[in-house]
Amino acid sequence: MTATSTPPSTSSPYSELKAPTTARRLLTQPTTGPLVALLLACVFFSVSTDQFLTGGNFSLIVQQVMVVGTLAIGQTLIILTAGIDLSCGAVMAFGSIVIAKMAAEGSLPPLAAIALGLVVCGGFGLLNGALVQKIPLPPFIVTLGMLNVAFALTHIYSEEQTVSSLPGPLTALGQTFPLGKTDITYGSLVTIALFLAFAYALSNTSWGRHVYALGNSPEAARLNGIRTSRLTIGVYTVAGILYGIAALLLISRTGVGDPQAGQTDNLDSITAVVLGGTSLFGGRGSVLGTFIGVLIVGVFRNGLQLMGVASIYQTLITGVLVILAVTVDQLSRKKAR
Amino acid sequence: MSRISRLPSSLIRAAACTGVAALALTACGSGSGSGTASTGSGSVKVGLITKTDTNPFFVKMKEGAEKAAKENGVELSTAAGKFDGDNAGQVTAIENMVAAGVKGILITPSDSKAIVPALEKAKAKGVLVIALDTPTDPESAVDALFATDNLKAGELIGEYAKAAMKGKSAKIATLDLAPGVSVGIQRHNGFLKGFGATDKDVLCAQDTGGDQAKGQTAMENCLQKSPDINVVYTINEPAALGAYTALKAKGREKDVLIVSVDGGCTGTQAVKAGKIAATSQQYPLKMAAEGVKAVATFAKGGKKASGYTDTGVTLITDKAQDGVTSKDTAYGLENCWG
Repeated sequence: MTATSTPPSTSSPYSELKAPTTARRLLTQPTTGPLVALLLACVFFSVSTDQFLTGGNFSLIVQQVMVVGTLAIGQTLIILTAGIDLSCGAVMAFGSIVIAKMAAEGSLPPLAAIALGLVVCGGFGLLNGALVQKIPLPPFIVTLGMLNVAFALTHIYSEEQTVSSLPGPLTALGQTFPLGKTDITYGSLVTIALFLAFAYALSNTSWGRHVYALGNSPEAARLNGIRTSRLTIGVYTVAGILYGIAALLLISRTGVGDPQAGQTDNLDSITAVVLGGTSLFGGRGSVLGTFIGVLIVGVFRNGLQLMGVASIYQTLITGVLVILAVTVDQLSRKKAR
Repeated sequence: MSRISRLPSSLIRAAACTGVAALALTACGSGSGSGTASTGSGSVKVGLITKTDTNPFFVKMKEGAEKAAKENGVELSTAAGKFDGDNAGQVTAIENMVAAGVKGILITPSDSKAIVPALEKAKAKGVLVIALDTPTDPESAVDALFATDNLKAGELIGEYAKAAMKGKSAKIATLDLAPGVSVGIQRHNGFLKGFGATDKDVLCAQDTGGDQAKGQTAMENCLQKSPDINVVYTINEPAALGAYTALKAKGREKDVLIVSVDGGCTGTQAVKAGKIAATSQQYPLKMAAEGVKAVATFAKGGKKASGYTDTGVTLITDKAQDGVTSKDTAYGLENCWG
């Protein structure tokens, strides 16, 4: 979200030179490139295969990206503060095992188990944030350590066993309801609602503006009276809670608690954030861009699959797109200067 | 191979259409797309989902499926998890294949339980679901299973090792797969059963993930722990070759018996070279081919495949032991995969 500049007054002598035209504004919008890429991909796959352009298929794509998408919201918040979180997938996996085991073995009622999962994941976030802010340590290192801690705890606590036969409330979000001819998954709606809520919070609340300010320059933010320490720890904690929600979505999608889950989701979520035009240097980007980013990955995977192309090529194209996205980001910054 | 050779052009077009102009040599929007799946022409589609697409075992399985697809006049699409244990990736592949309108799905489940709900959804849509190589839990989650009897594969090398030791006191090390993975547990238990030993008799047990480097590390550590180890069971030939390297560094390769499971071509060569004493060979091409055939039969209005089909296992060694049925490496190399 770049700040919209006021329309130039015609009396200004520089108006001819400096007026940011709509076209230029669009070019420097970090979400424009990803959106164009997504639309082109959709056009291409619609032409290439009959089964792509259907409501059912789009519902399927959103359902397939809801877990990584929810993780990526938390990842976006952290990257906006110029941090990074390598532990998100592992924290989610631990949360999902906590929820599944507690509920399946009857130690807790299902809803209490879900609440506990959110608290546990939020706790990991809080711990990440505290270590980053209070010691202070680089986010990369803290979350790398936490990745291993959460991964190990997952495997210790689950005893390497997949937890199945889960009570109904745990898989409720994986159920579908008909909308016209299409089946929509409840979980997809949760993810979309989260994206909209955080998009609103980032662009229309003082908290959101503070997050951007912190990412641009922590020092300037502090001098402007923003409580940077509290804000940072808050952002990591909120991200942790989001990973807990992702854990619930994961359970509802697969119908089991799986200790192997989420092993590549940390990098997948960073991929989505980068594809969505958010800068790894902090202070520039948006969660809506991230939503476009996860959809790009999901559309490619689904479309190539429908075309009958081997999955390794999807990985290849994702890699090329990531490098391209960062290049576009850098070039548009140069232009913006 | 025509499928493969047609891929790049459609990919380049895909790339071009998504703004990767640097890769583009052709204009986009040519419409039907030469490398794409023909749709609505009434051709029968079969999906194959493997654990990963980097392990030679699954690469071979894919080849077997491609060949069988040509023979049976059906169209094959493939997908895989990103790593061994990527259950979410397999679920996604199942959904996409059902959306693509496949008649049947062949899958090697990364985890016997985790993909069951997704498979049941596919079955409910009338798709024939067949597990290859690894059973699901419950087994009723799939219509049929084409697989190696891994317990038997373990038993064969256990019996062989027992006979080869000729009454010498055995000091056993086991280089296993990973905790909780059924294939690894079955082979391990089969080996002990065939050898007539129990877990108490194992001096050193380590997980290797079936990886050569990890197998070597595990063997080095086992030798540190118990230098007098003389029988090594390994989950697969890469782990066996890792163990051999570690033993060779200690000058022990001649007096330690290594047995393994898999029967890949590299592994069978290692049996011929005397690095591995014996291996239980399995037949992934056959699993895939039988699976494709079953779907084709079903699509033509024939019977649905059901139940468990053992695709067979053969003990391969050049040092045959009395009382243990085996074939030599010439047979092994003729029938190996990879």
